[in-house]
Amino acid sequence: MEDFKLMKGNEAIAHAAIRCGADGYFGYPITPQSEVMETLMDLKPWETTGMVVLQAESEVAAINMVYGGAGCGKKVMTSSSSPGMSLKQEGISYIACAELPCLIVNVMRGGPGLGTIQPSQADYFQSVKGGGHGDYRLIVLAPSTVQEMADFVGLGFDLAFKYQNPAMILADGIVGQMMEKVVLPPFKPRRTEEEVRQECPWGTTGKLPNRKRNIITSLALEAEVMENINLKLQAKYREIEKNEVRFEAHHCEDADYVLVAFGSIARICEKAMEMAREEGYKVGVLRPITLFPFPTNPIKELSQKVKGFLTVEMSAGQMVEDVRLTVNGAVPVEFYGRMGGIVPSAEEILAALKEKLIK
Amino acid sequence: MTTKDIINPANLVYSKTKLMTENPMHYCPGCSHGVVHKLIAEVIEEMDIQDKTIGVAPVGCAVFAYNYIDIDWQEAAHGRAPALATAIKRLQPDKFVFTYQGDGDLAAIGTAETIHACNRGENIAIFFVNNAIYGMTGGQMAPTTLEGMKTATCPMGRNTELNGYPLRISNLLAELDGTCYVTRQSVQKMASIVRAKKAIRKAFENSMAGKGTSVVEFVSTCNSGWKMSPHDSNKWMEENMFPVYPLGDLKDTEKK
Repeated sequence: MEDFKLMKGNEAIAHAAIRCGADGYFGYPITPQSEVMETLMDLKPWETTGMVVLQAESEVAAINMVYGGAGCGKKVMTSSSSPGMSLKQEGISYIACAELPCLIVNVMRGGPGLGTIQPSQADYFQSVKGGGHGDYRLIVLAPSTVQEMADFVGLGFDLAFKYQNPAMILADGIVGQMMEKVVLPPFKPRRTEEEVRQECPWGTTGKLPNRKRNIITSLALEAEVMENINLKLQAKYREIEKNEVRFEAHHCEDADYVLVAFGSIARICEKAMEMAREEGYKVGVLRPITLFPFPTNPIKELSQKVKGFLTVEMSAGQMVEDVRLTVNGAVPVEFYGRMGGIVPSAEEILAALKEKLIK
Repeated sequence: MTTKDIINPANLVYSKTKLMTENPMHYCPGCSHGVVHKLIAEVIEEMDIQDKTIGVAPVGCAVFAYNYIDIDWQEAAHGRAPALATAIKRLQPDKFVFTYQGDGDLAAIGTAETIHACNRGENIAIFFVNNAIYGMTGGQMAPTTLEGMKTATCPMGRNTELNGYPLRISNLLAELDGTCYVTRQSVQKMASIVRAKKAIRKAFENSMAGKGTSVVEFVSTCNSGWKMSPHDSNKWMEENMFPVYPLGDLKDTEKK
């Protein structure tokens, strides 16, 4: 029998980090994700696996510690919530350009500004479209359960190292704070120094006589050189789009209407879907698991046979722009959302679906 | 006797350290950076720690420091070098890790990272070149610009009412329990170069001995930014910078 544990999503992140052989965590407290560092400090992985856990003086410092650690080829991560993520954007842009693998967790709360500590999904643009300066992309995973919070730590690191690109777990405050049963991943030992040198020959692990010095940088003053760096990044992003799309479809086969939602809102949409089906409406739910790369093809295919989409988000409507771009006018794409930390109910979603699409 | 006879190993009294690369330096002639780079490279060679040393370059004139010293490097965002160095050292405790920073990088935009790395007593060496001006961006006011000193953003001279006072950040860092060695050096004369090199070596040794953070400030010149000849810059530094930034050890826990 599997070993179920009951814990918060934030706690699951911490447990999973240790279990997947992370080398370092650097963070700064902010609600609603402080349990990540609290749990790590409680578990004291430096005594068991040797993982470094450090409370930084700011989110800015924390993300730059991640840069330093990632530059050594180490498996390093940070976590924060929306206002803290704004501070990290500088570092994320540098990390993306220097092509360093790392894991960033954002447990979103309502903004803008200091906003609220209640859950939100309004950092979609920031996470998926850039956030920092320059043309770059993160691999963005959107968990909807505590189980996925645990699973996406290992997956995020795997994708980050596969593509030498920062990966992000974009969770909303609900997934971070709610308790659910979870099966934690099995323990995986941290890589040895030799394994790090082999897996990351580009890392600043000390210049041995048999190789040139390694330089981690995001600087190229010559325009041609900088454009080539950009072209290389763009080619990598196209590769990620080709290989790494993940999504979940519920009852989309016979659906007339499809609800598109990510994170915890997708689960509320499932409830709305059940209620709609009880009333005789053929409704499905499409849940993007990767927000970048966005599940363009499945939505495009659905747009050929459904009567319309309703995108539901805890924001003023951000992901809906990508759904509209994908559907490209084939059928109506409507939006329903709540802001400021309000979680839409299944009843509200069903009412919005009837009002905006079924009529 | 011909030149050929003179240039032979037996007569060699000086050679460039092997750790300095052949890349042409972008620094202005007369700039202190070149000397400080050379001293760091010499110490790394003499300590035989090339394979164990990781440098963190700043944003500022020394942004390309990684082009000149043949070790592994990371290039940080402006002011963030101590945060990078913190992680590099904690994740690879057997390495010698240093940051190389200017006054704007260390004492303005990176003040928080500097103070907190020092306050945690990170076992790193911080090499701090203070020439009282932003050289790379064209000579603007730095936190360490002297009172009355003219720069592109204080063309009438630094006015303390408007701009505050020259920041003696090394004195501040010496107050922190996490630092073990804070010293102020210069590199304009042979004698000062010898002293500065000793300070660099000591900072590296401290970092491996686990004593805490070492900070070596180099009171430096920027003849382009100051709009003076290298010779006049050195003189101006001695007459104007040294009274505000007096040379010597500010803290050495070994000497307690």
